[in-house]
Amino acid sequence: MNALLAIIHRDLLLVIRRKSEVLTALFFFVVVTSLFPLGIGADAALLRKIAPGVLWVAALLSTLLGLQRMFAADYLDGSLEQLVLTPQPLVLLVAGKIMAHWLVSGFPLVLLAPIIGIQFDLDTRSLYVLMASLLLGTPVLSLLGSIGAALTLGVRGGSVLMSLLILPLYIPVLIFGAGAVYASSVGLDTSGHFSLLGALFILALAFVPWVSASALKIAIE
Amino acid sequence: MNRTNSFSTSQSRWINWFQLSSPSTFYPVAGKLIPIFWALAAIFGVAGLWISFFVAPVDAVQGQGYRIIFVHVPASWMSMLIYLVMAAWAGLGLIFNTRLSAMKAKALAPVGAWMAFLSLWTGAFWGKPMWGTWWVWDARLTSELILLFLYLGFIALQASIDDQRRSDKAGAILALVGAVNVPIIYFSVKWWNTLHQGASVSLTKAPAMAQTMFLGMLLMALCFWMYSIAVSLMRVRTLILERESHADWVNKLKEVNS
Repeated sequence: MNALLAIIHRDLLLVIRRKSEVLTALFFFVVVTSLFPLGIGADAALLRKIAPGVLWVAALLSTLLGLQRMFAADYLDGSLEQLVLTPQPLVLLVAGKIMAHWLVSGFPLVLLAPIIGIQFDLDTRSLYVLMASLLLGTPVLSLLGSIGAALTLGVRGGSVLMSLLILPLYIPVLIFGAGAVYASSVGLDTSGHFSLLGALFILALAFVPWVSASALKIAIE
Repeated sequence: MNRTNSFSTSQSRWINWFQLSSPSTFYPVAGKLIPIFWALAAIFGVAGLWISFFVAPVDAVQGQGYRIIFVHVPASWMSMLIYLVMAAWAGLGLIFNTRLSAMKAKALAPVGAWMAFLSLWTGAFWGKPMWGTWWVWDARLTSELILLFLYLGFIALQASIDDQRRSDKAGAILALVGAVNVPIIYFSVKWWNTLHQGASVSLTKAPAMAQTMFLGMLLMALCFWMYSIAVSLMRVRTLILERESHADWVNKLKEVNS
């Protein structure tokens, strides 16, 4: 447990020392979502309709931006190798890294999303649903993304390749996350979507750290 | 002496599966099997096409255009099955660290990708006259598209890692992760209620189509199956030659020396 906290603390400290990388991803989220009204037109009804999808896709892409950072720097300076060699279980350390990634690139999106949602003319209830769905969905994005980040460590063209590997796996999260917001905006029940999002989260939490840990071992050996 | 005797008799009576996992024994066996599978593919294909074009009745609602399902459905089945087989081989390779398993997984990927592409392509041709559109964002179409992406991701990942062992293992992990997606594809029809018609062939209830139509589809499925095996065996043989080119037995082969 201490190792987990230490990893999270270390990664957060690294991020705070070099804020620009994280802020770039968040800024990307804001810019991309603002581009859609400019491209489509300021029709409020249309914007309200596409808002869930646009916000979720932008969130997906912005988490993807930060993923490369999860293991790459540690891999290059050799500290990842040291982490693998420590007596602590690698799964725990990987879980810590995933959690740190979520704290800096997933959680801020949850807080930012309502502001963007207002620009898209979403009603209050939908804004709450949007925040809740992001809160439940972005951890899944960080978890699944860690597999891609570990598999493509040190591979040429790694970041482009990673998006090719990971984006198809993101689709269920996108469907249920955006589906929840859409259902709420047209006044339907959202509990089904949240149940499925929760199921995806539990499933990912139970298996992904192990998968990522073995992928990391493959990359290092 | 006695030992070797009993070994050789046991070998003559049973196929030694473990021995087949060595590339040097598998290579000639695969070479003998390939013509058989090609012949089977041709027989099933001719019979299946004959039944599906000349024997099977015209569909009451869809007219002649429905006949594309004789290609479309087997291609979809194969695309899903091949992914599972590929993931199984990849998993075996990861667990037992056998060279041949990883080669089989790698050889199956392009075949499966081709089947997924065929399924989408013929599906579009079917959709235009039946639904009046080339493409709809329905669950099954979308998941078949995702399956194609998964295949391409697997191929791309293996192609971009130079170290052979690492590329095999990384691909194996990706294939196993993607395999979780294949059941979702199959059950997506039940999960999301959309435009695509429900599965018309099921194991539990009688097929909702004429007997001859079902027979034609079955024969075509067998044809696609044999074709996939034949092509993947050919690919495996090429991979073996490429990866084992340092070995003595490869350099003694007739086809290598000629």
